[in-house]
Amino acid sequence: MKILELTDVTKTYASGELEVQALRGTSLEVEAGEYVAIMGPSGSGKSTLMNILGCLDPLTSGTYLLAGRDVAHLDEDELAEIRNRYIGFVFQQFNLLPALSAWRNVELPLLYAGVGKADRKERAVAALERVGLGDRVGHRPGELSGGQQQRVAVARALAGDPAMILADEPTGNLDSRSTEDVLSLLDELHWAGRTIVLITHEADVAARAGRVLHVRDGLITDLAVAA
Amino acid sequence: MRGLNILLIALEAVRLNRTRSILTMLGITIGIASVTLTVGLGLGAQQQVKDQIGALGSNLLIVSPGSSTSDGVRGGFGSATTLTRADAEALASQEVAPSVAGVAPVSSTSQTLIAGSTTWTSQVVAATPSWQQVRSRELATGEFITDQDVADRSRVVVLGSETAQELFGGRAVGQSVTIADTDFTVVGVLESTGSSSETSSEDDTVLMPWTTAATTVGTSVSSVSTIYIEAASSDLLSAAYQEVDAALSTRHGTTADDTADFSISTQEAIVSAATSTDRTMTILLGGIAAISLLVGGIGVMNIMLVSVSERVREIGLRKALGAKPAVIRSQFLTEAAVLGLAGGVLGLGIAALGAAVLPRFLDQPVQLVWWAVAGSLVVAVGVGLVAGVYPAGRAARLSPIDALRHE
Repeated sequence: MKILELTDVTKTYASGELEVQALRGTSLEVEAGEYVAIMGPSGSGKSTLMNILGCLDPLTSGTYLLAGRDVAHLDEDELAEIRNRYIGFVFQQFNLLPALSAWRNVELPLLYAGVGKADRKERAVAALERVGLGDRVGHRPGELSGGQQQRVAVARALAGDPAMILADEPTGNLDSRSTEDVLSLLDELHWAGRTIVLITHEADVAARAGRVLHVRDGLITDLAVAA
Repeated sequence: MRGLNILLIALEAVRLNRTRSILTMLGITIGIASVTLTVGLGLGAQQQVKDQIGALGSNLLIVSPGSSTSDGVRGGFGSATTLTRADAEALASQEVAPSVAGVAPVSSTSQTLIAGSTTWTSQVVAATPSWQQVRSRELATGEFITDQDVADRSRVVVLGSETAQELFGGRAVGQSVTIADTDFTVVGVLESTGSSSETSSEDDTVLMPWTTAATTVGTSVSSVSTIYIEAASSDLLSAAYQEVDAALSTRHGTTADDTADFSISTQEAIVSAATSTDRTMTILLGGIAAISLLVGGIGVMNIMLVSVSERVREIGLRKALGAKPAVIRSQFLTEAAVLGLAGGVLGLGIAALGAAVLPRFLDQPVQLVWWAVAGSLVVAVGVGLVAGVYPAGRAARLSPIDALRHE
């Protein structure tokens, strides 16, 4: 079953007088359970692709099927719902709310899904146990190391049981030990059957994935032509 | 469930930014406290005036001669006076004016009173025994003028409390006072009406039987300067007014209002004249207080805008995780309303404290009424909400990508 199906997607930004074409007819398919890495230098259209995959930005033309649903032409409310149900985000900056404890951060997607309070806590704690932070549920982000914070973010991505985990440079802010920590966690999730799309510019990080795609000048080229 | 979650998120945001929240609330707190206190002071002052005037006789109508009398040259005994003792007697009749409970015609003249070596100038009122009931005055000591006194032209007087104090200092009943070369015996002293400047002259007066006054101080036998009329009840006040107006018009042969040679005023008119000053002050001060509330609202808006720009990343994250624009909007609106409500409650607390403490220093009662309290809270929440609309709208419109990228 295909989780992601992008066909001929273009994205044009108006930058003053200039029109910048960030994506120029990109097509991409990801099967359920796949671990795909998307690589590319900055300015290649990598971030734009990530925003479109994450339903954060509408496309200019083309089609986008996410878990069989056409998400190319949805309004803001519907996109919020799609993000909530199908996508688990992991960001480079962790993006944890500093005032909230680990489990309160993890429960946020469930809160917006309308899950009841007792259920939320149970699922949040289970997700934290899954990433090996069962003993840190009450800690605030400031009391955790960078690697631990990113693991909390992974737990948050898992909590809503999404169709795909979308990780945008998840190791960009981590030292090598924490990087290994987080990457092996992603490996584990992959082995457990999760679909993971990882965006990075580091070749050794991309190497952990089952398939590596390169983005260059708004087009995806296959792994075979990797420079 | 949803609403409760939003409320909890908002409460948490207020709690986390405790210092800033309190500073924000301060504007609304001061505004609500000053509005509530001003309204309370105004209501208290109005009530005070009403109480004082009500004590003088709440069902009172006052009939005065028309302006035509003051136009003419004052020509001694021959000068025209339009109200007569016969008018008063007619009004006392149950057939002519059934809603009238009592009639007290008076004339007055300024006279010098002598008691031993003390002299004092005061208004001498030629009164009837009905005066005491109609004006609803109490006696401090002694008794009032009786029908017998009127029939006998007794040389007796009843003094106002201030007059008695000036002439005798202490006990006045039984003492002798000389007015227009005639000796009078003081038979009673009236209870004081209070300390207000509007009513203090009521306490400096000398009452004597009108028959006695006619022969000693030269007040007219037939004409009177004022007729006080007591309506049977406050509900019958307007009925009494109509009856008196009709009866006097018939007797004087005047029908249209512009030819009437008398005028009737009510306590209601006096009360409203007295309270209108207080009301003007209340509106003025309330307006100033309302401006401080407005400034408080602008403060809330300011802080909410700062809060939105400080929390751009948080908003972006919440949106990425599935918060719809409407949810973000309600979160910030609720936050603003909570700030408003908290500020309002705090302001009411200060107002309650002020209401308890201020009367000791101001000699002014402060009335906190439930509708002013409830209204203040509604206004406080309303100010918070209105101030929150713009910042909340900005938060809701933020694009998640821009917000997440924001440093």
